[in-house]
Amino acid sequence: MDRTDPIIKLRGIDTRFGSHVVHEGLDLDVYRGEILGVVGGSGTGKSVLLREIVGLQKPSAGSIEVLGVDVRTAEEDERQALEARWGVMFQDGALFSSLNVRENVEVPMRRIETLDADTRAALADLKVSMVGLPYNAGDKFPSELSGGMRKRAGLARALSLDPEIVFLDEPTAGLDPIGAAEFDRLIHGLSRSLGLTVFLVTHDLDTLHATCDRIAVLAERKVLVTGTMQEMQNVHHPWVHEYFHGPRARAAQSSAAAPDRNGQE
Amino acid sequence: MPRSPAHEIRISDRDGVQYVVLSGAHTVSGVAALLSRLNSLRDDAPVRVDLSELSRMDTAAAWALVTTQKRIEAAEQRLTIEGADDGVQSLLDTVANSLPEPQTETPKTVTIADRLEALGRSLHGALKFLAALTGYFGLFLSRLARAVRHPSEFRLTSLVHHCQEVGLRAVPIVALLAFLIGVVLAFQGATQLRQFGAEVYVVDLLAISILRELGILLTSIIVAGRTASAFTAAIGSMKMREEIDAMRTLGLDPAQVLFVPRILALLLMLPILGLIANVTGLVGGALMAWIDLGISPKLFVTRLIEDTSVDQLTIGMVKAPVFAMLIGVIGCHAGMQVKSNAESLGAMTSSAVVQAIFAVIVADAVFSVFFAQLGL
Repeated sequence: MDRTDPIIKLRGIDTRFGSHVVHEGLDLDVYRGEILGVVGGSGTGKSVLLREIVGLQKPSAGSIEVLGVDVRTAEEDERQALEARWGVMFQDGALFSSLNVRENVEVPMRRIETLDADTRAALADLKVSMVGLPYNAGDKFPSELSGGMRKRAGLARALSLDPEIVFLDEPTAGLDPIGAAEFDRLIHGLSRSLGLTVFLVTHDLDTLHATCDRIAVLAERKVLVTGTMQEMQNVHHPWVHEYFHGPRARAAQSSAAAPDRNGQE
Repeated sequence: MPRSPAHEIRISDRDGVQYVVLSGAHTVSGVAALLSRLNSLRDDAPVRVDLSELSRMDTAAAWALVTTQKRIEAAEQRLTIEGADDGVQSLLDTVANSLPEPQTETPKTVTIADRLEALGRSLHGALKFLAALTGYFGLFLSRLARAVRHPSEFRLTSLVHHCQEVGLRAVPIVALLAFLIGVVLAFQGATQLRQFGAEVYVVDLLAISILRELGILLTSIIVAGRTASAFTAAIGSMKMREEIDAMRTLGLDPAQVLFVPRILALLLMLPILGLIANVTGLVGGALMAWIDLGISPKLFVTRLIEDTSVDQLTIGMVKAPVFAMLIGVIGCHAGMQVKSNAESLGAMTSSAVVQAIFAVIVADAVFSVFFAQLGL
């Protein structure tokens, strides 16, 4: 991880919905190659922040720079080039329901004109298999998949063009503990082998333990602290303390200490 | 990082070994070219791939390399990869480990037996659907009987609400459409009857066709469109959010709470709507007859009363409860078939409308034959 080269740079982000202030003067850096976990209580605007970075929502003020491009002022072609360099996985996969899994993964590849249909299908099959789905899953439609498989397929689509950054919104929400642990390992393994930068929004303490290099805590309308899991233990903010020292945090910590739960091989 | 710097593929052949040098960035945009160059490698000589000049490689390029390796190794030759840095090596390993094993599927041929089976299945499905509708009809009757025996369980507020939704709110559209149909019938009838100098019979034409058939049929089709879909959507979205299951666990009977007020409201309202359609249809016809043929409203009324038996109205109105039952039962049944996803809600809503309209028209045809046999 290169600390001098932030791949995502947020400065002075303000977000307001009417009189309701979500973010105020929020700053955040994400460095190349790291897995950053964003945590915060309900309603602190974690998902809103993710949506703002990928340009689905506009902040009221502030600058957002991704890979050196200002998302808010980028021209159309600049934005399109940028979109090919990031992938987003939405909470429930957000697969197109009229396409099967393989076709879903092929959708981003269609913008590459040199790719013929056979190669595209073969690459889509590779992506489907890389996220740990069985070979025959490619022919299935999203409605035939379980929640965990839909998330995996969503990740395969996000990885379709080998992006440099992957945004994950609650990757383990709604999964059973075994499925969630597998997904944690998958994210960690893929980010290391593909050199991905991962920006993930989560509630799941196990995910933070198993995958994240660094954690950013959203509270009081800004990024309160960032740091590793160890550093979080010594933060004396009531919410952060409660979050990282509550009974669930202790359980997650002890299970992360067990070697098989951790993502590292 | 530069996005797509110049990339090169150099292939040379020395001492029976094929050397491949990849330099620059190899990504998905160049993978087609890369793959076709790699496919030109012969599989009767070893291959050495040099990646030391590589600046970037993505999974697509790694896939091309790994599949080529598989191809060469399948011909019992070696493909060695040299000069890969840690990142590229781990990428190659990941791709090689997750390379999907294609399963060859035997193409299925459709035989006559398969077609027969499909036919049988769809017939069976249709019969099952009819049985299910009959079941819902029975369920409605039994819950209605229960409501008669235990009036406290009957949901009067709900009934009134649905009467307003189904009946009162449909009055403008039903009245307007029936009026326009009356106008059209009178106009078309007048044009034809004038050829025989029998203009005055336009009154009989209007009276019989509207009172006997069109008034109630038109009303039922409009109601099938707006009410069957509303029933399906309301019950279906409750089914989707598990509200129906919650009702059952709380000891509430969905048939009692949801079906009875809705179907009963339709049973009460459809004859009234049909009557309104009859009246406005005749008014529209009378207006057109007056303008186009000069038949005064007074003459129209006299002829209407003298020439048209009240049986025509009875025959029309007798059908109303049957149509109401069909529409209500189909709407409620379709609502209960909704599954937990939004697509099925949309699919069932539109199929409820189609089924209801279809059922109404089929029932009308059956009635026509029936009354013709009775000589009415």
